[in-house]
Amino acid sequence: MLIKHSPNGADLPFSSEITPQAVYEERRRFIARMAAGALAGSALWEMANRAAFAAPGGPQKLAATLNPAFSAVEKQTSLQDASHYNNFYEFGTDKSDPALYAHTLKTRPWSVRIEGEVAKPMTLDIDSLLRLGPLEERVYRLRCVEGWSMVIPWVGYSLAALIRKVEPTGNAKYVEFVSLADPAQMPGVGSRVLDWPYVEGLRMDEANHPLTLLTLGMYGQTLPNQNGAPVRVVVPWKYGFKSAKSIVKIRFVKEQPRTAWNVSAPSEYGFYSNVNPEVDHPRWSQASERRIGEDGFFKRKRKTLMFNGYSQVASLYSGMDLKKNF
Amino acid sequence: MQLDPTPRQLTLIKATLFALALLPLARMTWLTVSGQLVEPLEFITRGSGDWVLYFLCITLALTPLRRLSGWNWLIKLRRMAGLYAFFYACLHFLAFLWFDHFFDLAEMLRDVLKRPFIAVGFSAFLLLIPLAVTSTNGMQRRLGGKRWQRLHRLIYLIAPLGILHFWWMKAGKNDFAEPIVFGLVVALLLGLRLAWRRPKAKPARVSAAKQA
Repeated sequence: MLIKHSPNGADLPFSSEITPQAVYEERRRFIARMAAGALAGSALWEMANRAAFAAPGGPQKLAATLNPAFSAVEKQTSLQDASHYNNFYEFGTDKSDPALYAHTLKTRPWSVRIEGEVAKPMTLDIDSLLRLGPLEERVYRLRCVEGWSMVIPWVGYSLAALIRKVEPTGNAKYVEFVSLADPAQMPGVGSRVLDWPYVEGLRMDEANHPLTLLTLGMYGQTLPNQNGAPVRVVVPWKYGFKSAKSIVKIRFVKEQPRTAWNVSAPSEYGFYSNVNPEVDHPRWSQASERRIGEDGFFKRKRKTLMFNGYSQVASLYSGMDLKKNF
Repeated sequence: MQLDPTPRQLTLIKATLFALALLPLARMTWLTVSGQLVEPLEFITRGSGDWVLYFLCITLALTPLRRLSGWNWLIKLRRMAGLYAFFYACLHFLAFLWFDHFFDLAEMLRDVLKRPFIAVGFSAFLLLIPLAVTSTNGMQRRLGGKRWQRLHRLIYLIAPLGILHFWWMKAGKNDFAEPIVFGLVVALLLGLRLAWRRPKAKPARVSAAKQA
């Protein structure tokens, strides 16, 4: 692959690295406020930010072609940050837990059962999935429902390619993703936070949208275990939890799937969970987000964009009340 | 066991505890500046909040501990424990104002009014302020012992508010283990005070015991 990745993804001349006027003005205001009486230590922080990092062990290189049409031209989150700050409750509820405990996950052999309302149900192993479509690299924004975000170069292909292969019947209205739930490999599966296995789902047209990525790698390598190895989906216009990890089953169904977070807290996590700055979470605003590694200490949180900036999906929801169908 | 430190020993104990109580701050600072945290802002926000609860529990524990152990000098540590609860509460509030709202006071207040779980935490913080302000010997004298004590009973309200704030924060993920532990500890510490406040109930209990 021709794309070079530095630890912080900063050696490409992204236009976003030129400080816009609004930002430096914000900084000046910030400095004025600081001078009015608070802590110091910014220089130390900047230095610490450039600390060295080590990639997680055992990843394989994946050859992929950048798909510029589906790639954000933004500063990428470092692989270190993207693989050490994760919500993957099968390995614990702390964000550092997945990086600490996911090494017990056995990602080979691995197979995905595809069944339900399809003409050709099948079981595919990882190698068949890797060969199923030409691998693309897509740099997507990831917006977590908790109010933080990252920019990650994923490797995979449109889920639509897989859907075509299994030939859904007219009864297939939704796609359900079931994640592995093996207490022997996943210490968090014993907890009562969620009903296991983790289930997520999409409406058929959402699943078929070219942006919906069946994902086998990131940063030019196979997925680290803590990021949902060996295969997951990435749905960039929805909050992160909609993108099921470590998938073992894909079911085509008539009824709307009972998704894990929606079952756990229906008033907080809707089935659609499209990124929407106008619909607050009951306990926090969704109007802004903290870009990991960039915002917070010296930069105000950034505005969250409708559909996480992927306005091309808006037509999927025309005529729908997105406040009601949050 | 009778433990009665001399004034010099007590000063040493206080100095040691004063330094120990700064360790959480030192740890947060070190982990942040050494770049070991992906999300230091969240870590500082959560960490400072945790330590408010720890110090509220310690503050509330000193009176019962004194009564149970007979170590009267323990009461001399209470002010410091309470002030450290306030210190970490200030840090927690600063983290909220800075990291979440970038010192935009109006926006911060809107957030407080809109979200009950923040409003509860914010109220607890506001209620701590008069206690911190009147914590000096001079203020205690000026207020007079009775009035001072009445004012400082606010801590019986502040601690449960703090736990409610924490409980609410954890509610979305059904993760109640920690709030339950804090809740039980504070319930025990407040319960002991209630039980000890009712010497009049004693004769009734004696007769009940006789009947049994």
